[in-house]
Amino acid sequence: MTPATAPAIDEHPRVISGDHFMLGDHACAEGALAAGLDFYGGYPITPSTEIMEHLAERLPAVGGTFVQMEDEIASVAAIIGASVAGARVMTATSGPGFSLMMENIGLAAIMEVPIVIVDVQRASPSTGLPTSVGQSDLLQVRWGSHGDYSVIVYCPSSPQECFDLTIAAFNAADQYRVPSFVLMDEIVGHMTERVVVPPQEKIQRVYRKRPSVPPGSPEFLPFKADEDLVPPMAHAGEGYKVHMTGLTHDERGYPSLTAQTHEKLINRIVDKVRLNADRIVRYELINTEDAEIVVVALGCTARSARRAVARARMKGIRAGMLRPITMWPFPQTVLKELAGNGVVKRFVVPEINLGQLCREVHRHTALPVTRLNHPGGAMITPDQILEALEA
Amino acid sequence: MSSGAIVVESHPADTLLRAERLPHILCPGCGIGSVVHTYVDAIAASGIPQDKHVCVSGIGCSGRAAGYVNVDSYHTTHGRSIPFALGIATYRPELHVTVISGDGDLTAIGGNHFIHAARRSVALLVLCINNFNYGMTGGQAGPTTPLSAMSRTTPHGCWERPFNLPFLAQAVGASYVARWTVLHVRQLRAALIHAMNKEGFRFIEILSPCPTGFGRPNDIGDGISEMQNYLRRCVVDNGIDLRQTDIDLTQQDSPIYVGDFVDVDRPSFRPQVVQHAH
Ligand SMILES: Cc1ncc(C[n+]2csc(CCOP(=O)(O)OP(=O)(O)O)c2C)c(N)n1
Ligand code: SF4
Ligand SMILES: [Mg+2]
Repeated sequence: MTPATAPAIDEHPRVISGDHFMLGDHACAEGALAAGLDFYGGYPITPSTEIMEHLAERLPAVGGTFVQMEDEIASVAAIIGASVAGARVMTATSGPGFSLMMENIGLAAIMEVPIVIVDVQRASPSTGLPTSVGQSDLLQVRWGSHGDYSVIVYCPSSPQECFDLTIAAFNAADQYRVPSFVLMDEIVGHMTERVVVPPQEKIQRVYRKRPSVPPGSPEFLPFKADEDLVPPMAHAGEGYKVHMTGLTHDERGYPSLTAQTHEKLINRIVDKVRLNADRIVRYELINTEDAEIVVVALGCTARSARRAVARARMKGIRAGMLRPITMWPFPQTVLKELAGNGVVKRFVVPEINLGQLCREVHRHTALPVTRLNHPGGAMITPDQILEALEA
Repeated sequence: MSSGAIVVESHPADTLLRAERLPHILCPGCGIGSVVHTYVDAIAASGIPQDKHVCVSGIGCSGRAAGYVNVDSYHTTHGRSIPFALGIATYRPELHVTVISGDGDLTAIGGNHFIHAARRSVALLVLCINNFNYGMTGGQAGPTTPLSAMSRTTPHGCWERPFNLPFLAQAVGASYVARWTVLHVRQLRAALIHAMNKEGFRFIEILSPCPTGFGRPNDIGDGISEMQNYLRRCVVDNGIDLRQTDIDLTQQDSPIYVGDFVDVDRPSFRPQVVQHAH
């Protein structure tokens, strides 16, 4: 990271406002700092390590807590612990580490503890191609832990978005008390591009709701949700004497092992995202007004798709693109609108896996869907996408 | 009420326990309730405000402890109580975090976290309720099951060497190490109060009866018989070399050493604070 206007040597601002030429991974770390990161626990893994190394340098210098944990299971456990104590928390990893995190992602979901996890995807499964690109965690990020729960997942396709969407992930995690994710890929994480960091006062921070009654008030029930289905959160050490458990629990937070309590709790933790999906969902549309063929692509693949659509237009093909910025909740409303507008005839879904995004596209349209897949290690090129548009 | 039973309006532990959660789920004769009671008793005597105590548990019968104590309490996932507690303790160093969990939780699935938290000297008091088996899942063997003991997964007798937990804790950096049984209520209480007021990673192994999972298959009888069996062998030796504190139940008269074994000053792990990175 080379700030255009380098801060004075003894200044370590949390927000490095200004124009930068910055690595995607570093932009993610800077986004976390700007969002108010207090506690980072992590374990190194390519291609996410630069996030951790950057925070090892930066976070203690702005008064935050950085801990290198013994593994990724411990990393997630530690950030959940710090979050129940009031911290804004994050960890970052890639495939193998992400798989290790799954059990405690479920814990954060059922305890409704805000956490942010960055997964910089590499070619998988297993150790796969550690230093090369993949996009094959699209479904794992949504369904990886056992059971039904909800998550919010952002997919940046540029270093600027690594910065912006990491902030969004912090805000969403706190607002809905859910695990939220920044689902990057190796190309975006290892790409250096212009990143504009706004002035501190322009960066919006949304914090979790807090109890409105003092500790000891009998009316305070730690898991009693407001109308938005999200309960206010009391932190450790404040005197509320909360109990939080991964067991099915009632509004007091106490285990209540009945089907009725389970139904109520699980429906609520799923509905708090599902019913707010229109507010959460983000996407970008390019040239879709008159498009007959719409490419659906995200992350680094959306960069190729953007080029392919522009070239197709030059050739007179009425192509457009829908880029999901939130993979979850999926922008299904806009996809259905496109599919039903009478102009769109076909979708093209390029992705660096063997068919995860197209599965979701298929669910929302009966129109033909052309798949364009690569299992990882290489980007899908504009030429390949153009070919699919011309076919 | 006509039976002549004495009904008391209140109990000294009422504000320390979540009375509305009682009766508990533990079996008759189980030692876990005794540990919970001694723990809350120590909270009251610790000199630390109740609101500054935090209790974290993993999964297992012992892991249910967090559900009964009236402090901020977190019942986490199997084996992960220590890293979860690390998050609280390092982010809020003014809090006094105690982990209460089982032998399987802390030393099998959570063994890696145990050694690293001790190595780092994380400000945690860790109580391992050692009942020599996995009680909650019905009595399987674990890393503390003694040689030759019967369990659901060692139907021919356990043939794996068990951990000597005090030795392990000392070796990996604990500032305080003790072993008591649930019958040593006063010693345990004193150990807890002392340990609550110390820095670093503090570890107390508490031998506890599990009549359901361990007593029955090993023909030990009920919880009291199991404890009497241990108590008969107990030798208090605070200064013993911890290489000698293995527990051998195959020899009728082999001693079980108990005591306050290690008590050294070791500052707690604190997050690094950097004023100027360059
Ligand atoms: C990841 C995972 N694996 C297995 C289990 C099943 N399980 C629950 S408690 C337990 C063992 C508990 O033994 P211990 O920690 O000694 O506690 P005790 O019940 O004896 O007090 C196991 C294996 C689980 N809950 N989670
Ligand atoms: S199974 Fe054993 S440890 Fe669990 S409650 Fe029963 S006696 Fe206690
Ligand atoms: Mg046990």
